[in-house]
Amino acid sequence: METVLAILTGFMYAAGIYLILRRSLVKLIVGLIILGNGSNLLIFLLGGITRGNPPVIGENESMLTGIYADPLPQALILTAIVISFGLQAFAMVLLQREYVQGGVEDFDSIKEEEEAL
Amino acid sequence: MLTAIIICFGLAFFFFLFNKDFGERILKWSPLLPASLLIYFLSKGNEVRQGALQEFTPWVPEMGINLSFKLDGLSFLFTLLICGIGTLVYFYSVNYMKNHPHFIRFFSFLTLFMGSMLGLVLSDNLITLFIFWELTSISSFFLIGFNHQDKNARKSAITALAITGGGGLLLLVGFVILGIIAGSYELSVLIESGDLIAESIYLPIVILLLFAGAFTKSAQLPFHFWLPDAMRAPTPISTYLHSATMVKAGVYLLARFSPIMDGEFYWNEILIIVGGTTMIYGAVNSIFKTDLKAILAYTTISALGTMMLLIGIGTPAALLALAAFIIVHALYKAGLFLVTGAIDKTEKTRDLLALGGLMKHRKLLFAAGLLAAVSGAGLIPSLGYHGKHLIYESLYNEHSSFLMVILGLVFLANIFIVCASFLAGVKPFTGKIIAEQKPVNPLSMFLLIPPLLLGVGGLIAGVFPAFIEKNVVLPVYQSLSGKSIDPAFHLLHGLDFVSILSWLTIIFGLILYFFFKPSLHYQNTLNHLSKVSSRNLLKELIDLVKKLFSTLTHLLQNGYLRYYTAVILVFLIILIVFRMYTGFGIGFQAVEGTSIRFIEGVTIFMMVVSIVMTLYTDSRVVSVVALGGLGLGMCLLYLFFSAPDLAMTQFAIDTLTVVLFVLLLRNLPLYLNKVDRRLNIKDIMISGIFGAIITLITLEVIAVQSSREISQFYAENAYLLAKGKNIVNVILVDFRGADTLVEIIVLAVAGLGVFSLIKLKMND
Repeated sequence: METVLAILTGFMYAAGIYLILRRSLVKLIVGLIILGNGSNLLIFLLGGITRGNPPVIGENESMLTGIYADPLPQALILTAIVISFGLQAFAMVLLQREYVQGGVEDFDSIKEEEEAL
Repeated sequence: MLTAIIICFGLAFFFFLFNKDFGERILKWSPLLPASLLIYFLSKGNEVRQGALQEFTPWVPEMGINLSFKLDGLSFLFTLLICGIGTLVYFYSVNYMKNHPHFIRFFSFLTLFMGSMLGLVLSDNLITLFIFWELTSISSFFLIGFNHQDKNARKSAITALAITGGGGLLLLVGFVILGIIAGSYELSVLIESGDLIAESIYLPIVILLLFAGAFTKSAQLPFHFWLPDAMRAPTPISTYLHSATMVKAGVYLLARFSPIMDGEFYWNEILIIVGGTTMIYGAVNSIFKTDLKAILAYTTISALGTMMLLIGIGTPAALLALAAFIIVHALYKAGLFLVTGAIDKTEKTRDLLALGGLMKHRKLLFAAGLLAAVSGAGLIPSLGYHGKHLIYESLYNEHSSFLMVILGLVFLANIFIVCASFLAGVKPFTGKIIAEQKPVNPLSMFLLIPPLLLGVGGLIAGVFPAFIEKNVVLPVYQSLSGKSIDPAFHLLHGLDFVSILSWLTIIFGLILYFFFKPSLHYQNTLNHLSKVSSRNLLKELIDLVKKLFSTLTHLLQNGYLRYYTAVILVFLIILIVFRMYTGFGIGFQAVEGTSIRFIEGVTIFMMVVSIVMTLYTDSRVVSVVALGGLGLGMCLLYLFFSAPDLAMTQFAIDTLTVVLFVLLLRNLPLYLNKVDRRLNIKDIMISGIFGAIITLITLEVIAVQSSREISQFYAENAYLLAKGKNIVNVILVDFRGADTLVEIIVLAVAGLGVFSLIKLKMND
């Protein structure tokens, strides 16, 4: 399972980067989202994966014992998910404004516009 | 001494604060500054004759850097030049620079220079000496480029700074090595540990580095070309910096080191060859110029070459001749420069071909020019006569055939110098009146008195040479050799070989002067000849460097975002692969992992399909849907592997993302299908390799058992300390609560950004 997930992570990275390298504004955003998910999966995987043992303390216990999923990467990822949403939202709106205001369709036209100035 | 230097620096800064009117009124009195310094140093004359005066103020004693100053014979000579010529130059500039928009700035820079130059010749610490050395280069840069509206002036200033500053840096390296060898940066200590230095294997390097600094500063071949360019500076500056004082800093430095370096590793040979070549080159070039200042610049180069030559010969007689020649040169060359400046100011030209017959209206100025020219030519009874006689004598009396050849060269160079001196000092005043000046511009007393004083002073000193010899020349020799020597100046020498040579020089020189007619033709021929010169070489080098880096910049900084990303990624890949090869072996350690369940397989398959869809689709809607699918897949994965909180968050965020995307979709551009196949393959390779690397690293890391200490702490204490059962939540809101607060702030800022971007109405 780990091997499969590791390959999936690599694939997500590759896809994300490939999309970021495109000229299109929208593909950049899509690429960012995929890349963000990929890194979350990477962190998750590095913490080790466990089935059916969430890091929650049982009803009548005062501490977690036995086999449990690592809570630390989960806390990190939770933060990462939220932050990357902030980034994505900002990027989306920014690029949308660029398109609506400046008529920029792709990144090369930004460069051409700058050179024209 | 430190006080004197601090006063100069302080005033230089203080002048800047003046407003124009007040500054012009008060700066009229600025000649008092060098004059009072002159009096101060003169008053130390008696003590200098008996031995050196020393001052010591610790600065960074841990590193051996101290503000230590020493006034001995050699420094005394230079301080007199700096303050003496300085007084006249200040006096002259008050009128010369009148009505210049940057009148105040001029005096500020001039004072800065004077302070640095004094520091240079007084410093007894190599590091402080270096600092003053570079300060003179910097103030010279400002003063050459003083008329900064002129493109050529700026260019000349940069050339001068590049050459002298660059040489200065090499010099610093030499100083540091010297300091390491001798264990001290104090010059007086170094001079005494001559044996230690002579034995060091680094001596050749030190000598070459010292030469690099001195030859650039003193405009020796092949670094000479900055000096003629520097003539773009106002004439008082050319007089002061580029003839009388700053360019002699290299001579000063080498003279300072000559007691320990004399006889070591080609010291003498290099000095004789470089100095001799420069001397001949400058002398020959000087008479072919038609610009008065260019003539003077080349004679200065020639004179500096002669000084280097004398240090190279290194005999007591040569050192005496050197000391005398420095004074002679400063006096007559400053005189000629100041006369030229006065002509330039009144006639508005310095072109030799456009000047003539000025004698009619400018009798006194002519007298000054004539006196300077006579001294430069070495006619009896001027001071120049003694200078030249000493040089000839020092070469002749050694009775070595090698030095006789050198004597021949000096003789030759001097013939040209005689001619050039008369060209600059006499030629403009004689002959037909070419440009009839009506009305004749009045000549201010301020412009007349300084050159006249220099001329008369040279004459008086020539008639009574013993005074200067006893008080200035002999102490120089004493400071270099530690021995005293008998006076050698005589007004009338017997009819020996040297005297005959002296007279022959003047006769040949005057013959050359009377038969040689300056014209542009020679100058052009000469320019033609010097196509392959060090100046062009430097220019080519600079152009090459510029081209190289502009190509490199265009290659790396072409303005396309994706290109930057690609460059960064490629570099990252190279780094990681390199580390993988050298750091840890890549072995596919079998991961004893959990088996795969059907539902998990389906989820992963769904994710892969989603990703492939985003890659291949032409429709924006399809890619949004695929993104939704991918997010859902992530959500399920979290759920399968014991992370319910993550699953919930992912679900909520993913939904939000898709909603936002769909909302904005209408206003987002369509997918473009501008695919360059070659580029595409390159991108696929980059992203593919990067993805593969990530997979490899992940597998490596999973195989290593990681310590779970921190997680264990949270697992054990979440309930006991924080009264929470969901550990992830407890970490976020309790243990790392402050971090979460910051995260909320980040998100809020992003939200504000999004909101204001949506609401923003562009005015244009």
